[in-house]
Amino acid sequence: MKENPMGNNDIITAIRAQLGEPTLNPESKSGRRAYLDIPAERLEQSSRVMLDEFGARFQIATAVDTAAGYEVLYHWALDENDCVVTFKILLEHSTPELDSIALMCPAAEWIEREMWELMGIQFNGHPDMRHLLLADDWPEGNYPMRKNHGATS
Amino acid sequence: MNGAINALTRSLNVFHLGGSACNNCDIEILDALTPRYDLERFGITLVGSIRHADVLLVSGIFNRKAAIRAQELLAQVPKPYLVLGIGGCPCTGLMFRDSYNWDRPPSDYMQIDAFVPGCPPKPEAIISAVVKVVEGLRSGALVPRCLQESGGMVEKAATEVADTA
Amino acid sequence: MSKRTIIPIGPYHALQEEPEFFKLHVEDETVVHLDIELGYNHRGIEKLSESKTFEETIFLVERICGICSTSHPLACVQAVEDAGNIKVPERALFIRSAIGELERIHSHLLWLGLAGHFIGFNTIWMWAWRFREDVLNILELLTGNRNHYGMMKPGGVRRDINKTDIPVVEKLLDDLQDPIKMFRDAVIQDPLIHARTKDVGILTLEKAIAYGALGPTARASGYDIDVRRDHPHAAYSMVDFDVITCEKGDVFDKAVVRILEMFESIRIIQQCLKQLEKFGGPIDSNPRFVAAGEGIGQYEAPRGEVFHYVRSDGSNRPIRHKVRAPSFMNVPTNRETVPGSTVADATIILAAVDPCYCCTERMAVAVDSICGDRLLDSRDLIRLSCEKTDRLMAETGLSGPSLPNY
Repeated sequence: MKENPMGNNDIITAIRAQLGEPTLNPESKSGRRAYLDIPAERLEQSSRVMLDEFGARFQIATAVDTAAGYEVLYHWALDENDCVVTFKILLEHSTPELDSIALMCPAAEWIEREMWELMGIQFNGHPDMRHLLLADDWPEGNYPMRKNHGATS
Repeated sequence: MNGAINALTRSLNVFHLGGSACNNCDIEILDALTPRYDLERFGITLVGSIRHADVLLVSGIFNRKAAIRAQELLAQVPKPYLVLGIGGCPCTGLMFRDSYNWDRPPSDYMQIDAFVPGCPPKPEAIISAVVKVVEGLRSGALVPRCLQESGGMVEKAATEVADTA
Repeated sequence: MSKRTIIPIGPYHALQEEPEFFKLHVEDETVVHLDIELGYNHRGIEKLSESKTFEETIFLVERICGICSTSHPLACVQAVEDAGNIKVPERALFIRSAIGELERIHSHLLWLGLAGHFIGFNTIWMWAWRFREDVLNILELLTGNRNHYGMMKPGGVRRDINKTDIPVVEKLLDDLQDPIKMFRDAVIQDPLIHARTKDVGILTLEKAIAYGALGPTARASGYDIDVRRDHPHAAYSMVDFDVITCEKGDVFDKAVVRILEMFESIRIIQQCLKQLEKFGGPIDSNPRFVAAGEGIGQYEAPRGEVFHYVRSDGSNRPIRHKVRAPSFMNVPTNRETVPGSTVADATIILAAVDPCYCCTERMAVAVDSICGDRLLDSRDLIRLSCEKTDRLMAETGLSGPSLPNY
């Protein structure tokens, strides 16, 4: 463990400075949690910052189907600062697409497959996109975790 | 009692068939082999191939993928054999009943002779179930469901629920 | 020309309790490629959670895994408490850690037994599981069940630990020290175990970091992470313990980390019990609702960090519940550790990650196509592993770990 690690509020400030001052979501109640709004096109660059500049550990990603669109959350652990920084990326329901970060972050490879097959998010550039959990003959276009907001049938 | 069924009443080869289980029942089954319960003293051994099985201990709900594999495997078991559903999952599906990845109860395509409820049932309950089933075979009260033409509920078939010890 | 063979392990493999499929692509005796196929355990728990209340979902996630059955509830209640800003009384924090560490001991003993079985030492299996029974007895005394304890709830724990039970638990912990020392010495010092596990299945530090490996799998490679220390929760900031790491990341190191961690678990439980004996207090803050918000809960399960994310809209159900078990990050590391090994070693390498497929809701599987003229099934693979041990015994004159005959 580092000597005198930065307090978690300080590390969040430092991260935001490097990421172009993304909005700090009101959910970020304590220094231990920070939820940052990241535009989709800045995902790869922001992930690199977390990995290379701050030595963050990719924990997992979560796709959420909300009325406003698909939110894709990337959770990064800062083990030396007792902090979890979460990227929040909002995608339109009509274009659920993101660039894959699997090549720079092998830890993300499986979860991108899972988010595709359960939520229907396309990950451009994924090295091995195919079913992870569901059977190969699972009906195409059937994404079990979707809530179909606004659907009338 | 015919010779084949008679063979089921002693020196049982047990095969564990887990399908989408949380493992607790599976570990309790393995536990039954360890010194505290020591199933081996009853002449019961765990086998690694379903082709050698006399008794199938079935655990889990069997999701869509597992159900297909299970049906392939079941075709390989030589008759007669017994099937015991271990734990709440093969009994009712428990809280996984509404899952999008669950098709139908294992009892729809497996002829389950006895259910051992519990989450998980204790090793004593599993042993008790095996003993009861063997006694049922000996007395003729239990006819293995795999031998029954109808495959449905037959008066003599005992789908007994083992008492949890 | 070397033959290429595909060897399926699974889906119903005697040495791994769950259906899964690893397909080894083999040239002569060396594994050149590993395919992993999952899906035999996927029960759609995240979706099911959205139709359960916050209290019901704890029972649901408990049944994600039978071995680490309190790890998921612990992470889940912490996520709910994080989302809803719910406080937990101090007494409950000590109970949480005590139960969690008892689970760690039983899980590591379970793994030790299975690992011994895989390489042909059934004596280790029988002894490890025999002492595991004592731990399960204590868990039954404290919680009412050997497995699936039902202890956690948002805001605290569901049952208190009686003062009269504390001496019983303390005695068990004292009585466990010698057997764990026995395992430590039998495994760490035995040259035959060394021959089977040292330099086998090495996961480098660099790869451990790249894959986001967790728990003993990571710490064996020198990746010094432990959620108990790094993201303190439950009672871990109030007790002393050491985080065990090794350097090489081979199967041997993974075993060493797990064995030595058991001593630390005993230390933690003893400290928790002292607090519980001295002080009283409530065990539940009785939250009435979960305010709208999002929360993250992390817990160091026996296999590594369990991560839960919960989003609440102020109603009585989670509108999103993400579950990530440690094996989801650890199982892919097999792609680095298995290729290059021999077929006889593949099984122990796969087992060294302590895969909890039900947690991962996946099964490792292999491809369907079969080529080559030699096909081994799962029994052959165990046999190969045990034969290697026999061969080593004959060549070296060693007799394996010295444990009394049970």
